[in-house]
Formats: sequence, C-alpha cells, structure tokens
Amino acid sequence: MGKRVAICAMAQIKNEPDIWYKRFQGMLLECLEPILEKTGVTFDKEKGIRDVVTCSDDVFDARTISDSGMTDVVGANYRGEEKVAQDGLNALGYAMACILSGHDDLVLFMGHCKESQSESKKMCTNLAYDPFYLRPLGLDFLSANALQARAYMGKSHVTDAHLADVVVRSRKNAARNPYARDNKMVATKEVMSSSYLADPIRELHCSPITDWAVGMLLCCEERAHEFTDRPVWITGFGNCMDRYFVGDRDLASNFSLEKAAARAYKMAGIKNPKTEIDLFELNDACAYQLPMIAEGVGLAQKRQGGKWIESGGPDKQNVNLSGGMLNGNPIMLGGVARAVEGYLQLRGEAGERQVKGARRALAHGTTGGAGQHQTVLILEN
Amino acid sequence: MSHKKKNRNVAVIGVGQTKHSSHREDVNQPEMVHEAVRAALDDAGLTMDAIDCVVHGNMELFEMIHQPDLWHELGTGAYGKSAFRLTTGGTTGTTLFCAADILVASGMYDVVMAIGFEKLQEGNTTAGITNMADPLWARNLQTGALTGTCAYDVIQEFGEERAKRASMMYRVIMDKHAGLNPNAHRQFGLEFDQIEHLMESSAKLVGELRIIHMCSQSDGACAVILASEKKAKKLSKKPVWVRDHITVHREETFNHLGYDNRYPLDKTHKVAARELFQRNGIKKPLEYFDVFEMYDPSSWWGLDWIRDFFMLEGDEHFKLVENKEIMIGGKMPINPSGGVIATNPIGATALIRPAEAVLQIRGDAGPHQIPTPVKHGLASGFGGTMWTVLIMLEKELGW
Repeated sequence: MGKRVAICAMAQIKNEPDIWYKRFQGMLLECLEPILEKTGVTFDKEKGIRDVVTCSDDVFDARTISDSGMTDVVGANYRGEEKVAQDGLNALGYAMACILSGHDDLVLFMGHCKESQSESKKMCTNLAYDPFYLRPLGLDFLSANALQARAYMGKSHVTDAHLADVVVRSRKNAARNPYARDNKMVATKEVMSSSYLADPIRELHCSPITDWAVGMLLCCEERAHEFTDRPVWITGFGNCMDRYFVGDRDLASNFSLEKAAARAYKMAGIKNPKTEIDLFELNDACAYQLPMIAEGVGLAQKRQGGKWIESGGPDKQNVNLSGGMLNGNPIMLGGVARAVEGYLQLRGEAGERQVKGARRALAHGTTGGAGQHQTVLILEN
Repeated sequence: MSHKKKNRNVAVIGVGQTKHSSHREDVNQPEMVHEAVRAALDDAGLTMDAIDCVVHGNMELFEMIHQPDLWHELGTGAYGKSAFRLTTGGTTGTTLFCAADILVASGMYDVVMAIGFEKLQEGNTTAGITNMADPLWARNLQTGALTGTCAYDVIQEFGEERAKRASMMYRVIMDKHAGLNPNAHRQFGLEFDQIEHLMESSAKLVGELRIIHMCSQSDGACAVILASEKKAKKLSKKPVWVRDHITVHREETFNHLGYDNRYPLDKTHKVAARELFQRNGIKKPLEYFDVFEMYDPSSWWGLDWIRDFFMLEGDEHFKLVENKEIMIGGKMPINPSGGVIATNPIGATALIRPAEAVLQIRGDAGPHQIPTPVKHGLASGFGGTMWTVLIMLEKELGW
C-alpha cells in the first residue's frame, strides 16, 4: 500500500447519561460545524466531501435505516452516504479503504448513539441472539460477557479486587477528560459491594448508559496539509469475527482479538507492540475486559492479566487515560471514543492526560457479546 | 478531483443466489445465507480459504435481529475472517457491492465476499419501512414504500390512457422475464392481451398504483465475490470488471416540508447517471450499455426511471417500453431477471442487480440470457428517501 490516511479534524460532544433535550440530528450538527470551521472543508463535488461514512444502529435508534434521518446533518444531500452498523472503529477502517482505493480524497465520518432512548441495553442486545436457541434463554451482551468473565478470570487469576482497581482508576482518569461522562468517584470497597448484574459482573463493573456523537474528517496523504498542519495518520487496521455460539468458543481465548491485532500490526509494520506503541485505548465495556484485551493485543503476558493489574501495568503503559469505555461511551461508538483519545494524545491536545512525546497509539473496539467481533486501529503522528 | 481512478482493478469472480420465494420456512437465516454463499463459492470454484473478508448487510427491523452478522457467522463463513457490516436501506445490496470493490481496490484485502439477505416473511415489511419515517414529522403520513405520486406525475405528463397502458406493458414484460429465471419469486405467466383487463381489475393500493404494479416481499439471499486484478486473472476464467460506481443520497425532510416548485429538486437517479457517465466519458448511455438491471420497486417507477438513468428526453422511455425494446432481445434489455417486482428480499435485492448483470456479461444467465453479446452492464440500487446507487460493469479491461 505505502500510503497513509490522515485524520485532519475531530469534533465531539460531551458524553452524557441522557441527552433528552436534543435529537440525534442536533447532536451530529454540533460535531459537523466545528469540523467545517476548523478545516475550511466544503461539500464541493470536485474538491470537497463527496462521500460520508456514518455509524449508528437501527435497533438502538428504533428506526429502520437509522442513517436516513441524518442525511442533511452529515452533509450527504446529493452525495454518497454509507452506514457501518458495527462498532464505529470499523467505519474508520472502511473510510480508510475508501481513500486508499482512490474512490475518495476526503471522507467525513459521523457517528451517533443514544443508549438512553431505548428501553434497555439488555433488551436491544438480547435481539442480537437468534430467536430459536439463545434469545429465549435471555442471553444478551451482559450475560454473554459474564460467562466470558468467569472463564477468563479463573485462567488469568483476575480477582474481584483487581476489577475494583480497574473501576476506581477509570473514574480517576475520566475526571481529567472534559468530554467524559461525569461520574462520581468510587472507592474500592464501594465497587466490591456493588450489586451483581450477572455474576461475576457487578453494576459498577459496567459501562453506564451514555449518549454521544462524534465526527472526523479523513483525507488522503497528498491533500492532508490543506486541512491541518498536524494530521494524525491511520497506519494499521484489522478486524476479525469469532464463532456465534458461546459454547463453540474458548471464551477465555482472545481468538478474534489476536487475529485483528496481528492484522493491524502487520499493516503498520509493528513487531513488538509493547515497546513500539506509546498508548493503548482498550474498549472495556466491562472491567474484566481491560486485562483480557491487554493480553489479546500483546500488552500483558498471556494468562497474567491479574498480575498485570497488580504490577501497575495500566499506568505504566498508558492504558485508557481517557477513562475508557468503562466510564461511559455508547455501545456503537466505544472504539471510536478510543480513537478520539489517540487522536488528541498524538496532537498533544490531551490536556492533563497528555503523554509526553507520544508517537503511536492503539485503539480497540468490540462488536457483539463476549467480544465476538474485534477491531484494532493504529494511529501515528 | 475528488474522484480518481481506482488504486487497482477489481473484478467479480463469483455470484450465488438462493431460489427466492415468499416462504423459506425450510431454512433459518444463516442456513438461507449459506445457500447463497455456497452457490457463489461453487460458481467461483473456491472454498472459504480463499476469502479474506466478508461484508454483510440487511435491515435490522425487518426481522428484529440486532447485528445479524454475528448470528449469521454460522452461514457466512466469516469465522476467523475480517468482517464488515454495512446497511443503507433498500440500497444495501449495492452498498455491499461498492464496499467490496472499495475494500479490494484499497489493497487491504485481495478477495472479498459481499452477502445480502432478507427473510421478510419473519417480520412485517410495511411496518418496518414505515418505521423509517421521522417519528415527529412524517411517520403518520407514510405507508412504507407505497407511493402513488409517481403514477400521478406520469399520468399528468402523458395522459391517463397511455400512461396506464405503458406501466402495465412494463409489468407484463417483467413477468415474462421472471418466467425465464428459475430463481425468481413471482412468475405469474401474464400475457400482453391481459393488459387492458389488469389496468382495471388489479386492486388499487394508492391512486393508480395497483397491487400488480408493486414489488413482492421475498425471502432470499445473494452473495458476490470480488477480487483484485492479479487474483481475478489467476482464479477466474471469466472475470467481470467493476468500472465505477456512484452513491447519491437525498435529504428527507426538505421534500416533505420545503418543496418549492421554483427550485425543483433533481431525482437522485438523474444526478447519479449524469455524474457517473460524465466522469467515465459515456455520452450516449442507451447506445453504450447492453443490459440494465434496475432496482424497480413498482412498474410506475421502473417506467419513469428509464428516462432518468439513460438521460432521455420527452417520451423516448415510453417508446422503448411500448415497442418492447426493453425485452430480452430488444435494443436495451432491462431486468432480464424479472427485476424487483418479481423478486424482493430487500437486503439482497440491490446485490442481485449487479450479480444478474455479471451473469449476463459472462453469458451464464441460462434461460434468461440475452442472445446478443453483452459487454457493458449497468446496475442500480434504490432505497432510503429516494437514494440511488449506480454501478458500471465491463467484460474487458481497458476502458
């Protein structure tokens, strides 16, 4: 390939528990307008944005063709618009392909998800399971995750106390991120006495209901300087699908994540992720996933997740300085929120969280229950 | 220029479909998808080992399955592969095709399989589509996909008698084509001498849009395998090349609330054709193309859109239909497969369009094969709030 794709601009709204006062369209418009202002990009069909990639979901929006109500606020009137209905990190991967293919110089990415609007996250994700076998059992992403948590925690010696540390740290980091969901600080004891939602997952181990929207302008290497003097480059992307039936999988295995990471590392030319990547943003929808994903991307040693937390691995290796998914990002956009932190860090705009001299970041996203589909994106400055 | 020549050439090397029908109660969704995947792999002479990436799509609220690619892994063969899910409403199938082309052309993947499906029997299609309209502004006005405005406009322009006759002629031609296609869902065996009778007897849905004009609700799946030039030449004896494609969406609420006759809005079909043909130097599309697989949701729209897609003037499109020039063997065969009026598993429908055009270019369409050589194919997708995707296919490289 030999070519890179630039992220030239990003705009987001604050992650909030319930944006009842604004519709999806208003949320997205607040992301579109700053991008137009900052970059001067237009919708001119020759030189401007000709194609838009969006991320949203029909079930969470309770709307068939959830992207149809967004055509105007994503600027797609008489233009192309294609919706990726997975974790939005895949939409960034697809937007990257649009540019590398030569089909587009510029792609606008716009994502939204309003978890607060649906009856419950459990109900929506229960719909991801087939109506014959697993749906009637009540399986949803949370209960599938709980099965995985049990399998994983035993093998990697991760304890309830480790998970409490992960939650406490997430809230502390998020407090330094002005766009993170406002959550109260919690103490270890409080986490460990939080009620079980699906054993061994406690309420405070879970990413809370969150609404959010975000936009990014992606551009080919040749034209990136027209829109920014500090582009962040997407240099690697990989994703992978695992088996559907939880019984068909080794739930503690990180099968799809290891493959997704290997694909991204190969594209970015990374041999030793632990030393060659400066910060890691991992999509921890549940606390147990932080050490598990860390193992999957090669950051922690296999089966040493518990030890990795104990030895301060997350702080030493700049993991989830944003607060992570655990502090609250909506389900479709967990991975994009990770890429947003990578983007800010690599531009030196991460404020109090800034990692000095950061050159390369990893962003990770998950689609489905118990990490069935995994995505890894590599960013560089 | 915002659109450049592709990074590398991409060809279709395999297509597969299920038999489409109103009820596929014998299979569940992944099993039905698997039939199309198996057919595409057999057509290409490949196994799943050759596929790098799977692109899947449909509309979630038709069957009420959230992210069904996760369940469908059982039938798509996506296990261990790279996998994407894209959906854009009715255009989904063409979006999947374009996405597969883009993913291969990008150099990120060498061989990509696009899979579209729908099992409309398992949900309520009209309710599903109605649910697309804005809940505050338009949902109480809309009945999913049933619109009589096109019939009204065509009748206004060409007079009631001629318009009703031409749209029913279009309908009978589509049924005659469907009768030749073993995969088609509805094959009624309509005859031209029934036109007058059908014009009066078929039940009205909205105005002059009658039930016989309207597309079906089908169960079915379609899979298409695309590969890079190097791989395609190695793996396939008859690669069909993806020359270019364009997606044109349109904003929904301006049309409901802001329509102003002084500033008429172009139809997306027209915009797509104009821009795609211009950048590819096609001046006379009616002369250039040998087959057109159009997403025609009703015979009124099918009739009307011929003019937009081929950039025709006045009543040229009427004459093509009235003189049966859109039939297999005519000047511009449209939908030799029978089109969408015969077969409509929505998430697959728009993917069947390029798949059928590919079969025609290869000469492998069987009973509904166009008898003269087919070198240049055109395929369209329709969906959302009057969105269009338009795809150009070629038998030979070097355009």
